[in-house]
Amino acid sequence: MTAPSNRDPGLQPERTRLAWRRTTLTWTATALLASRQTAHSPAMHTAVMVIALLTFWAVAHHRITTLRHAEEPPTMAPGTAAAALATTLTLAAIAVVHVL
Amino acid sequence: MSPGRRGRGMGDSAQTICLSFTPRRIRDDGETPDYRFSLANERTFLAWIRTALALIGGGFAIDQFLTGLDGTVRAALALATIGAGALCAVRAVHHWVRCERAIRRGEDLPATAFPALLAVLVTIVSVTMVAVVAQGSA
Repeated sequence: MTAPSNRDPGLQPERTRLAWRRTTLTWTATALLASRQTAHSPAMHTAVMVIALLTFWAVAHHRITTLRHAEEPPTMAPGTAAAALATTLTLAAIAVVHVL
Repeated sequence: MSPGRRGRGMGDSAQTICLSFTPRRIRDDGETPDYRFSLANERTFLAWIRTALALIGGGFAIDQFLTGLDGTVRAALALATIGAGALCAVRAVHHWVRCERAIRRGEDLPATAFPALLAVLVTIVSVTMVAVVAQGSA
């Protein structure tokens, strides 16, 4: 338990955890919208998208867990940012393939 | 703004791009800041990722729902929106690196024209969509 004197009055870790949850929700909603279209194309597209979504979920879950348990939350690992970027760009690539 | 800040050359932006790809070195730079600053920077990063996702989703939606449009126009609008989304995602990481470094060094946060450029692009796509849809229904 954190002593009251150490409590962050700005609730920064909580707000950051919620930001990750919002982003996961946005990712999932976008993937659902996209799946309406990938359903009519090779199963490969849906598979790639599901892998990207699961990767983002895993990364977000890991970060949320870290923020919950750390006494002094560490700076986001660069790999976390890179993974968020890579999965988002994968979704963009699938979108481009579908438009063309 | 300090006089030296304005005169940043190509070397500095090249260094930032390098840091985006090998960001572990961020931690070697400056001092470890109050974690609240880093967390605020992280939330800004996440907000930009959500913006990117919304734009990519918008691209899917244009392609999916504006079926009455000419194929080329629809593809152009969708690609512009998706491209803006991809740019937002890349820029989210780049900006996060720059801010993290500025925080660690105790410098001013980087000034950027990106939000304004994004606003212009989104306005152009929106106005084009309204015009094309209105023309189609007339």
